[in-house]
Amino acid sequence: MSATLTASPVETSAPKAQSLNRIGLAQTIYRGLPSTLCTGCGHDSITNQIIKAAFELGLEPHRVAKLSGIGCSSKTTAYFLGQSHGFNTVHGRMAAVATGVNLANRTLLNIGVSGDGDTASIGLGQFLHMIRRNVQICYIIENNGVYGLTKGQFSATADKGSLQKKGDENNMFPIDCCALAIEMGCEFVARSFSGDMKQLFTLLKAGMSHKGTALIDVVSPCITFNNHEGSTKSYKFAKDHEEPLHEIGFVPYYEAITADYAEGETHQINLPDGARIILKKLNRDYDPVNKIKALELLSQARDERLFLTGLLYHAKGQPSLVEQKHLVDEPLATLPQSRVRPSAEVLADIMESLK
Amino acid sequence: MPADTSHQASPVVGNTGRSVVNDVVIQVATSNGSGSQSANNILLKSIFQMGVPVSGKNIFPSNIQGLPTWHTIRANKDGWTAQRKETDVLIAMNQESIVDDLRDLRPGAVVVLNSELKSHLTRNDLHVHIVPFNELVVAACPEVKLRKLVTNMIYVGVVGYLLSLEVDEIHRAIAKQFKTKPKAVELNRNAVMIGYNWAAEHLVNERQFTIERMHNADNKILIEGNLATALGLLHGGVTVVGWYPITPSSSVCENLIDLLRRYRHDPITGKATYAVLQGEDEIASIGFVMGAGWAGARAMTATAGPGISLMGEFAGLAYFAEIPSVIVDVQRMGPSTGLPTRTCQGDILKAYFLSHGDCRHVLLIPGSAEECFEFGMEVFNLAERLQTLVFLMTDLDLGMNHWMASPFKAPIKDMDRGKILSAEDLERIKTFERYRDVDGDGIPYRTIPGTNHPLAAYFTRGTGHTTAATYSEKPEDWQSNMDRLTRKFDTARRLVPPPVIEQDSRSDIGVIAFGSSDMAVKEALDQLRSEAGLDAGYMRLRALPVNGEVWDYIASHRVIYLVEQNRDAQMASILRMEHPELAARIRSVLHYNGMPIDARGIMEGILKMENRK
Repeated sequence: MSATLTASPVETSAPKAQSLNRIGLAQTIYRGLPSTLCTGCGHDSITNQIIKAAFELGLEPHRVAKLSGIGCSSKTTAYFLGQSHGFNTVHGRMAAVATGVNLANRTLLNIGVSGDGDTASIGLGQFLHMIRRNVQICYIIENNGVYGLTKGQFSATADKGSLQKKGDENNMFPIDCCALAIEMGCEFVARSFSGDMKQLFTLLKAGMSHKGTALIDVVSPCITFNNHEGSTKSYKFAKDHEEPLHEIGFVPYYEAITADYAEGETHQINLPDGARIILKKLNRDYDPVNKIKALELLSQARDERLFLTGLLYHAKGQPSLVEQKHLVDEPLATLPQSRVRPSAEVLADIMESLK
Repeated sequence: MPADTSHQASPVVGNTGRSVVNDVVIQVATSNGSGSQSANNILLKSIFQMGVPVSGKNIFPSNIQGLPTWHTIRANKDGWTAQRKETDVLIAMNQESIVDDLRDLRPGAVVVLNSELKSHLTRNDLHVHIVPFNELVVAACPEVKLRKLVTNMIYVGVVGYLLSLEVDEIHRAIAKQFKTKPKAVELNRNAVMIGYNWAAEHLVNERQFTIERMHNADNKILIEGNLATALGLLHGGVTVVGWYPITPSSSVCENLIDLLRRYRHDPITGKATYAVLQGEDEIASIGFVMGAGWAGARAMTATAGPGISLMGEFAGLAYFAEIPSVIVDVQRMGPSTGLPTRTCQGDILKAYFLSHGDCRHVLLIPGSAEECFEFGMEVFNLAERLQTLVFLMTDLDLGMNHWMASPFKAPIKDMDRGKILSAEDLERIKTFERYRDVDGDGIPYRTIPGTNHPLAAYFTRGTGHTTAATYSEKPEDWQSNMDRLTRKFDTARRLVPPPVIEQDSRSDIGVIAFGSSDMAVKEALDQLRSEAGLDAGYMRLRALPVNGEVWDYIASHRVIYLVEQNRDAQMASILRMEHPELAARIRSVLHYNGMPIDARGIMEGILKMENRK
C-alpha cells in the first residue's frame, strides 16, 4: 500500500480556522448537526470527507439537495451541509425521491446517502432503475454489511463466510452494488473505505462533479455490530485487505494540473466540464474505462476476497435523465403560470373537437 | 345464409305500432379485439349530433382479444343517461354470449342478429332481423384483412336505418373519427351505406325505436372522464408526472402525455415544461411525486386500488412531512387483479386513512366530466395550499366511459402555490420555522430547495420534529404536531369543494350520494316521484373531509339514504364515525356488482326501506 494512502480513522490535520473556499465560505458552513452515531462509526469519517469535499469544490449550499433512505447511514445527511435542504425519506425508496427532485429542479446537485440494507436489500430495484435512468446524483453507500439501527442483522452485501457478532455465518452470495451499477450503465463507479480518507475525499469530489449518476460504495465498519473477528467488514479486515487500484487525483475545471507525472505512470480521464481525474498506477496497471475488465476485476475480487478500492469504472456519453427528457433549462418547480397553463384558445379548440 | 334455421322472422308481440322516440338503450355484443370501438363511437356520435342526450358505456373483460364485450349506448331525451338494465336494441355479433344475450332481453326488444351465429332462439317475443354480415362485408371490403373491422361498420348502417338516423350525421361522425385518414373515411362510409341500403331493401322496419333530431345536446361535448381529468391536470399546471400502467387509470396518463406533448413545449427552444416518467412500480411512481413535490413542483400520479395499497407508506410520509402531492385514483373492483375492468367506489375508506399511525387525507370526488376537469385543476391548488397529499377519486364508469358534458371553461383564477417563502421574504422576516403555525390555520410556511438564503434550508423527516424541523422524540412535540395537523385538516374542511344540494325538497327523506352515482340518483329520484309518489331531497358530496353543511343536512332529515358503490358502506362509516349521534339516521343503498349503478336499483332500495314494496 502506498504510504500516502495509509488509512487513518481519526481526523488529525487541524483545520485552518479562517480559510475560505473559492466562493468565500468557511468550512463550518458545510457542517451540520453533531452526529448521534456510535463513537468510532465509519459513517462519521465519510461525513467529514463530504464536508471537506463540498467545501473544497466550493458548492453553493442552496444548490444542494441531501437525500437519504432509512438506517444509520441515512441519518448522516443531518450531519453535513446544514444550509442545504435535506429529505430523510422512507426505507429503500430514496432513489425514486431523488429522481423526482432531479426532474423538478435540474439545477440542484443531489447528494444521496444510503446504506447496504437500504440500497441492496429493500431498495435494490429502485437503485438499479435510478442508475439506468442516469439520474443526477452522487449516490454514496455507507456499506457495513449489517443493519445497525435494528441491531446487527446481516444485509445483502454481507460476504459469504462472514460471521455475525453472535457467530452465525452468512452462507448466501453477496450483492455487489458496484458490479450491478456497471451492468446498469452507471458511468462513475467507485469503491472506497471510510478509513482511507484521502482516497475517499478525492472520489467524493470527482463524484460530486459527475454529470449523471455517480456511485461510491464505501466500506464503513459498524463499530458496534460488525467489527469483530470473522467479519469481512471490520476495521481490521478492511485495513489489512485494502488494495487501492491507483492513487487518485481530481483536478476541478477551475484548477490547473500542478504535479508532474512520468510518461506512462498515469491514466488521465478528461471530463466534459474540463475537470480531470488522474490515476497514478500502483501495483496493477488498471485503466477503468473497460466495462468487461471492470466486471472481471470485481468477480476476481469476490472470488479471492480482495478488497480493491478506487475508481472501478468510468465512461461518458450517456445523456442524463433531464437531457433524455429535453427539459427546459430552468427548474420545472418554479416555472410561472404563463408557461405551464395553456391559453383559453387551446381549451376552446379542444372543446370544439369534442362537440 | 342462416346456418341456424331456428331464427324466426319477427312474430311481433307487444308492438303498439307507435315509435318510442329518443329513448333507447342499444347494446352491441361482440368480442374484444374485434375493433368494434370505432363503430360504436360513430353510432354514439351520430345520435349525439342529432341533439339527443346520450352516453356510451363499455363493459369489457381484462383481456386483449376474444372474450365477450358489450358496448351500451343509451339515448334519452330527458338526459337520463346512467346505466339502464333493459336493452331495447341488441346487436348480436358474438357466438360466445348469444344465448345469454337473447335470454336477458325484455319482450319487444329489437335484435340485429348476425346470420352466422347459432342462437338456438326459442323466444317469439322479439323483433329479430337476421343480417348476413359475412356476405355483405365481401362487397364492402375487398381487402380480407380489414373485413373483421369493416363488418362493424355494416351494423352501424343497419341500426342507423332501423333507428332512422340521419345519414349525413353518420357520415360526419365517420369523418371526425378518421379525420387524418381519407381512405378509411371512404371505406367506412361505403360499408355503412351497404348495411343501410341492404336493411332498407330487406328488412321490415316497424320503427319500434327511433331517433329524431332535437336540441337537448346542442353545444355539449362527449368525453371520457379520464380525458377530462387529464385536461384538468394540464390546466392545473402539472409539471411532474410519475406513473405505472394500471387499468382503469392508464388513460389518465396516456391522455395527459398526448396533451403535454402538444401544448407544453417551449415555443422558442422546443424544450419540455414538464416531465413524465413511467416508474418501475407504483412505489417508485409516488416516490417521484414525493421528491418533485418536496422540490416545489406540481406533481401527480394516477393509479387504481392495488397501486393505492403500494403507495401507502409514502402517503403517510406525505401527511407527516407535509409534501404537496396528488394521486388520481380511478377506482375498480377487488384486490390483486380483482375485476380490473369493472367499476366501484371501494377505495374511499382506504384512501381517507391510508398509511400508518394517525393519518387522514383530503379526497376530491368529482361527479361528472365537468368536475373531473375542474377538480383536476383545483387538486394542485389544494395540495399546495394545504401542503399535503390530495386524492382525486374517480372510478372506471366515470373515467373510461363517454359522458355528455357542457364545454369546459378556461380557468380564471390564478394558480395558488400556497405559503412559500422566498429569499426576499426570509431577508425581511429574519426567521423561519418550517412547522410553526404562524397563522393559526394549522398550515405552516415552506421554502423551496434552491432558495438562496442561509435561513431557507430545513430538514424533512418522517420522525418526530419540533416546529423548527429538528429531530425530537419529546411527547409534547409529537402531540402538539399531531394537534396542528388536525387543525390543518379542519382548515381543509373549509377549502375543499362544498357539497351541492342537487334537489331541494321539503320531504323528511334526504338522499346523499357522490361520484359517478349522480346521474343514476337523479333519475331514481325522478322515478320515485312519478312512479311511487315519493319525494326526497338530494345532497351530493364532492369531497372529504365534509363540513358543517353535511351534518346540518343529516340532522334536518328523518332519514338519509346514502347511495354508494361498495359493499361496506364506506362513506356512511366515515360520516357515522365523525358524528355518531347522527349514525342512526343514515341508511345505506349499496351497489357492488361491478356494473355501473342504475336508477332502478336505487329506487327499489329506497322503497324497500320505506316499506313501500
